[in-house]
Amino acid sequence: MTDLYQAQRAMRNMRKAAMQRGVVAILDVGSSKIACLVLRFDGPERAAEVDGVGPMAGQSSFRVIGAATTRSRGVRFGEIDAMQETERAVRTAVQAAQKMANVRVDHVIACFAGARPRSYGLAGDVDLQDQVVTGQDVARVLAACEVPDLGAGRDVLHAQPVNFALDHRTGLGDPRGQMGNRLACDMHLLTVDTTVIQNLLYCIKRCDLELAGIASSAYVSGISSLVEDEQELGAACIDMGGGATGLSIFIKKHMIYADSVRMGGEQVTSDISKGLQMPLGDAEKLKARFGGVVATGMDDREMIEIGGQSGDWEKDRRTVSRAELIGIIRPRVEEILEEVRARLDAAGFEHLPSQQIVLTGGASQIPGLDGLAAKILGQRVRLGRPLRVQGLPQAATGAAFASAVGLCLFAAHPQDEWWDFEIPAERYPARSIRRALKWFKENW
Amino acid sequence: MRQMTLQTAMPRRDPAPSRAAYRLHRLWLTPLFRATLRVGLPAFVIVFAIGLYFANPERRVAISSWAGNVRTSIEERPEFMVTAMKIEGASAEVANALRAMVPVQLPVSSFGLDLRALQTTLEGFDAVASAELQIRTGGLLHVTIRQRTPALVWRSRTSLELLDDNGHRVASIAERSARADLPLIAGDGADKAVPEALALLAAAGPLAPRVRGLVRTGARRWDLVLDHDQRILLPEMNPVPALERVIALDKAQDLLARAIVHVDMRIPHRPTVRLAPPPPPADPEALTEAKATIP
Repeated sequence: MTDLYQAQRAMRNMRKAAMQRGVVAILDVGSSKIACLVLRFDGPERAAEVDGVGPMAGQSSFRVIGAATTRSRGVRFGEIDAMQETERAVRTAVQAAQKMANVRVDHVIACFAGARPRSYGLAGDVDLQDQVVTGQDVARVLAACEVPDLGAGRDVLHAQPVNFALDHRTGLGDPRGQMGNRLACDMHLLTVDTTVIQNLLYCIKRCDLELAGIASSAYVSGISSLVEDEQELGAACIDMGGGATGLSIFIKKHMIYADSVRMGGEQVTSDISKGLQMPLGDAEKLKARFGGVVATGMDDREMIEIGGQSGDWEKDRRTVSRAELIGIIRPRVEEILEEVRARLDAAGFEHLPSQQIVLTGGASQIPGLDGLAAKILGQRVRLGRPLRVQGLPQAATGAAFASAVGLCLFAAHPQDEWWDFEIPAERYPARSIRRALKWFKENW
Repeated sequence: MRQMTLQTAMPRRDPAPSRAAYRLHRLWLTPLFRATLRVGLPAFVIVFAIGLYFANPERRVAISSWAGNVRTSIEERPEFMVTAMKIEGASAEVANALRAMVPVQLPVSSFGLDLRALQTTLEGFDAVASAELQIRTGGLLHVTIRQRTPALVWRSRTSLELLDDNGHRVASIAERSARADLPLIAGDGADKAVPEALALLAAAGPLAPRVRGLVRTGARRWDLVLDHDQRILLPEMNPVPALERVIALDKAQDLLARAIVHVDMRIPHRPTVRLAPPPPPADPEALTEAKATIP
């Protein structure tokens, strides 16, 4: 645990340094595109003194001054597959964003979708030393959570305290300063494959950048796409990306579950490519322009020339009806959604008070998807678009940028994680000065 | 049936920058580096080039002589030349003396004239109280002089000088008769007390026809010398009331018409007189000699 603590704390310090410098880059390493946003932080939040504007959670403290997207190369299933290619793609995106912002960025906060995330719910409790809960007590109760065997090659990505309970009172957000005898906490732990994180770290280091934070793409797209009451009452965000579909469940403004399905829009494209015998690039265009999931009678009569460069007249003059295209797309989308349904069932989503489902991500833009998803996932489905943040270019406001925008919010106002609390005094080495100070404090 | 086509345009070119290009771009975006390159380097190049050019002494000389030529050619334009000097308010001999002593060879450029220094030089002449200099259109140097007016003749140990009413020297004269209209003072330090002397001479009113002059004694007090070798010894402080008292005595008692040599007023409240000795037998030769010494 101590290693993890140190790595994550180092990242948090890096984030602070970036805040002081005022410029930080956001990097969404996706399977189909790599997006880079450059944020400028202008000091403390300037809250608009207008009725109806609540606390902005840091959203008004930054401004997007550079944005760039590049076609992803070398990333599959949200994981880095070819290091050199990915590094080039990251360089392209970062350079273009820097050029637009006209400022050099050194710190980057990254997110990725894959790496087989696995959620754990942990619980722990401690007896309070004196009646009042202090920061040390919170640290102790977090340390008292029983960590299951994560397995070899797994690393903790998020460890967020979700709930605190003091004696018989539960649902406390911040127990510090309250009176009680026994403090209990629930924690959500998200683990991913270590190799994926290390690949990403290496890749970013090769680009002369320093990692100031790392997040799961499912989590950050949930932050940006779910509105406040959905986060409060319980909702699932399904981020349908290119190579992986992330899903995250929120309740009481905390993520309690995250998972990813290793299928996405690229599988649909490759199905079209295989089914219609055409290059992947053309298949992608075909999907984007004529794709859909619900066929109507009109679609039988809409013929699409798919063309080709083979030189064979018969092949190059082929046409398909739109209904045929939908016939290829729909089964794959159904498969993805059914897989998502299975994950949600496994997570116990049906027990939540509100079962809102929000579809976001690039692949959620297929026309008619909400109708199809309603059949598979339940009636309360809507398509989500990310929050509007200051200075975001129009081109980057679509659903495909949900995780990039969420990462902006994450950078501006990260949730407290395990490593943001004090280290419990018991964990320090025996000759720690802090321990001596604590002894002095208690005895003098 | 609706026909639709899928235009296959070339995908947007989005080449990845090489590592070197990426690093160079980042370096270029570094503010310090950028400032150095955009301001520091051109400044250095300019300074270095100028330094290199002027490292050669021949070029330095050429440049400075060229600059000197340009300057002279501008200064010597006829618009800036002063061709004549007009002196106003000075008598002819003073004007001539000034002309002779002004260290300027006309014509001269007005840039080469230091009017302030010239004014100081002119005001250095004893006969000049103040001088105003103006360069007027047409290349005329106009000098307005206010001359000192002589108020007294001072016979010092070495010379005979004219003093103005402040005791400043105006000119020397060869002999007393050149300015017989001015009263005479004598003695060491007499020029330091000229205003007092003038006040005394003014107060001498009724005695004026008899006054020969004033003698400064011991550089501290005045003797009023009358004809017939009579002297009025005046005190150091407040000599004018003492003189007025003597005049009053003279009016009342005809004091000075008597055979008195000195009226001593050095102690003002106790006038003292010295009587003349009995007259010696008349010696006409000595009398003429005496008349010659006191003009």
